[in-house]
Amino acid sequence: MNSRIGILALQGAFASHANCVTELGHSAREVRTPADLSGLDGLIMPGGESSTMSQLLESSGLFEPIRDAIADGLATFGTCAGMILLAHEIVDGRSDQCCFDSIEITVRRNAFGRQIDSFEADIDTVIGDFHGIFIRAPRIESVSEKVEVLGTYGGEPVLVRQGNVLASSFHPELTGDARLHEYFINSVVTTKET
Amino acid sequence: MSQKDEKSQPEQGTMRVKRGLAEMMKGGVIMDVVTAEQARIAEDAGAVAVMALERVPADIRRDGGVARMSDPEMIESIKAAVRIPVMAKARIGHFVEAQILEALGVDFVDESEVLTPADEAHHIDKFAFTVPFVCGATNLGEALRRISEGACMIRSKGEAGTGNIVEAVRHLRSILGDIRRLSQADSAEQFDWAKKLQAPLPLVQEVARTGRLQVPLFCAGGIATPADAALAMQLGAEAVFVGSGIFKSDNPAPRAKAIVEATTHFRDAHILAKVSRGLGAPMTGIGMDEINESQRYASRGW
Repeated sequence: MNSRIGILALQGAFASHANCVTELGHSAREVRTPADLSGLDGLIMPGGESSTMSQLLESSGLFEPIRDAIADGLATFGTCAGMILLAHEIVDGRSDQCCFDSIEITVRRNAFGRQIDSFEADIDTVIGDFHGIFIRAPRIESVSEKVEVLGTYGGEPVLVRQGNVLASSFHPELTGDARLHEYFINSVVTTKET
Repeated sequence: MSQKDEKSQPEQGTMRVKRGLAEMMKGGVIMDVVTAEQARIAEDAGAVAVMALERVPADIRRDGGVARMSDPEMIESIKAAVRIPVMAKARIGHFVEAQILEALGVDFVDESEVLTPADEAHHIDKFAFTVPFVCGATNLGEALRRISEGACMIRSKGEAGTGNIVEAVRHLRSILGDIRRLSQADSAEQFDWAKKLQAPLPLVQEVARTGRLQVPLFCAGGIATPADAALAMQLGAEAVFVGSGIFKSDNPAPRAKAIVEATTHFRDAHILAKVSRGLGAPMTGIGMDEINESQRYASRGW
């Protein structure tokens, strides 16, 4: 079944996510205004700068419709900055930075350090070994009991899910390995009603 | 999990990790700032990164003399002021300035023609660094030579400090037009392209196959208005640098925010019309015929 996946395209690595989605045979639509949200089966929030995206979510009028759509069950996958936007609480963010509060995790922005500390490493995930790229990555500092940990690195959660919301602190779109996108579309998008 | 620990040795400074940060800046605006206060204004406006430098290009152009890497103290004050990535400039070929910038923990080094070149034949070996580099280019050959030296992002040179977009448009059209032409070339013609471009054959063949550069292509040099930013994006740039254009204008904060919105909504003329309103005067700007050849920064680099 072909799914229509929206890619939040305000800023960041949205084109790489769109490539992963179309390679899997699904359609990708760039989302920049509220009109772009209609008829989507799922939504991906890419990496980039979370403070930039936060401001553009407000100025474009997307913040409230996206928050409501996720609350209504829209399957959503946030990577890196996208995960920060979905979090319940942001540590070390800007005080005016907004988040959707769609998954009960607390994240620390840039917790792994500056760019010279960025790294790639193998991680354990629910779909098997996966190569994770961590760019000035946020750290998941805590998760509530409602959150499933689906992937870990060094014993810490790096891939988490709560119902219709999936989030990773690394970048699956930069490796050319679309298995996590496949998992999102097959397991999160199709089960969003439950 | 214990059996997994062995393969979990993290690798830093790989090309994927270095190019990855450039990927994250796509669709964004990188702003030149000379003080911590300006850096905060840039971050407030939605910049994806700031370029920390002592003088914006318009002032370097006015002052003349030798332009060098900024004072580490100044770079550190800007790093402390914002949470977005901080870039800084090293002179072309001045690998020690780049080593210092890496030691300071800047997130991206711009090997920049805006500073006075330190080497008349060699650019920095950028593979030797953990920190990623951006380099300017005026044409496809120059872009591929910089990529062959390890650059993780290419930007048009434009003509910095002029507030005049014409040179950046020329460079983007040259790079992207040649990519379009090269992708039509057959395998024998690609050898000729490599000779003409003075670029490594494998890189030329890869561009011919994929129809794009190996690294993100951003626009720099002369952006002064939201419309300039959207023009660069519609031509095919993936993000924009704004140097003198913001803090040399009458009203930097709203102009910065408007350029951020224009870069995101670059195809939507109604939004562009809305954000272009009432911004006050842009920087005055300089016509290209007012600058003689020896004062053009774009001709620096080889």
